[in-house]
Amino acid sequence: MEYLDIIFQESYKILFLLVPVLVSVAMIVWLDRRVWAFVQKRQGPNVVGPFGLLQSLADALKYIFKEIIIPASSNKVIFILAPIITMTLALIAWAVIPFGAQQVLADINVGILYIFAVSSLGVYGIIMGGWASNSKYPFLGAIRSAAQMVSYEVSIGIIIINVLLCVGSLNLNDIVIAQKELWFVIPLFPMFVIFFISALAETNRPPFDLPEAEAELVAGYQTEYSGMMYAMFWLGEYANILLMCALGSILFLGGWLSPVDLYPFNLIPGAIWLIFKILLLFILFALVKAIVPRYRYDQLMRLGWKIFLPLSLIYVVLTASFLFYFNLLPVI
Amino acid sequence: MIAHAIFFYIFSIIAIVSAIMVTASKNTVHSVFFLILDFISISCLFIMIGAEFLGMIMLIVYVGAVAVLFLFVVMMLNVAQQKNQWFLSKSSSRHIPIGLIISAIIFFELIIVVGGWKYKPDLSNSTNISFSNDITNTHSLGLVLYTDYIHIFQISGMILLIAMIGAIVLTFRQREGVKKQSYIKQISRERSEGVEVLEVPSNRGVKIDD
Repeated sequence: MEYLDIIFQESYKILFLLVPVLVSVAMIVWLDRRVWAFVQKRQGPNVVGPFGLLQSLADALKYIFKEIIIPASSNKVIFILAPIITMTLALIAWAVIPFGAQQVLADINVGILYIFAVSSLGVYGIIMGGWASNSKYPFLGAIRSAAQMVSYEVSIGIIIINVLLCVGSLNLNDIVIAQKELWFVIPLFPMFVIFFISALAETNRPPFDLPEAEAELVAGYQTEYSGMMYAMFWLGEYANILLMCALGSILFLGGWLSPVDLYPFNLIPGAIWLIFKILLLFILFALVKAIVPRYRYDQLMRLGWKIFLPLSLIYVVLTASFLFYFNLLPVI
Repeated sequence: MIAHAIFFYIFSIIAIVSAIMVTASKNTVHSVFFLILDFISISCLFIMIGAEFLGMIMLIVYVGAVAVLFLFVVMMLNVAQQKNQWFLSKSSSRHIPIGLIISAIIFFELIIVVGGWKYKPDLSNSTNISFSNDITNTHSLGLVLYTDYIHIFQISGMILLIAMIGAIVLTFRQREGVKKQSYIKQISRERSEGVEVLEVPSNRGVKIDD
């Protein structure tokens, strides 16, 4: 009975985390399209519901009622598994994101490593989908995405090391609390910029959306997908983008901390601040999509390996020597 | 403890079955996927015994990077076709002794490890690694890795670096006639060297050299 109680309690908590995440993914798709439209002096989706807020819901309904087409020559098991894996991986990472000092589903010691591991597994959904489709464009998209995500993970890992040097713990809550005096975006500003660009590449967002470049690869790994399976890829992708925004705000923008520790501000619950910061980063993501043209593949690889990797390595040395020289290394 | 045991058996059964499927499945890409499943269940086992850092690093390094490159290579090569040809030809039997020797060595190593654990359970106490519950797993690993075992750690890093440089040297080749983009050249171009106005005589044309 004891186990059943624990399972019930935990599923209750999981539901309370997952439903808001899924709803906000739907909302964020609307926001993305709106921002994109405003940059181009268009209106964007504004018909369904107030300000078009229910547009994503209407789209989701449409996807559910569409027929799922499975190509005859595809590898059926892997073809169906791929979107499921993408979506599951995008959602399980939210388990360790802290929304407040106590509001976290799993307060594990290696939270940042967990997020890093889950986001590095995200590439499998794309590779499996691309390979199982048994078609040229999806395969090319999958190959590109594999190389791209592995390369940008390296620089994200080294940027995380920079932050960890200042914190001295792998726990996400400790990372947030360490920023009580000073958000890491100020001392580590170059790393924040590199993290932002690497996050764009890691989530296959424009200007690095080469795995699905519609001008050359039709839609890359998504070409053969339809109906609900396409919608799952799409949900997983946006949940991943939100996750990267959350990670960015936890690592650099102080997570659930309020910007100033003054009376009216620290009354607002931490979750609101975190959501506000995630939204801020997401609007930046959306603006980049609207403004910047797509990179060429060799330029993308050059940027990852020849510029971001050395820069972040040099910054690790700089951060470590600075902390050591001024005796600021965290005491564990 | 029952839940712990149930999870242990679930993960170990998945690990063993997927390890068998790696060798048994006909499709090479499928066997890489089973290998990935194996890695994931092993890292779950690591986490269950409290080695959370090792489990996560296993996921990041093996599943997130190494297995992706495996898949990359396996998907690019038409391995299935080659394998069939190789099995049909006579030359495959030449490699059987080497395979047998290697598997015998691995088997004996496993026996030594299991024997040491079975007949001398306090073997782990003879090292100076202290297991205490006050400090986290990562912290205690860092305490020994950068003090007692710093030389071994550095040497393994050097070996990896040498392997990387070796791989690059072996595969790097300078090809003729490939057009490369030089960013410095592009950015530092002036208008005067980029555009030239020529007087073109009628019916003869001009010769432009790159």
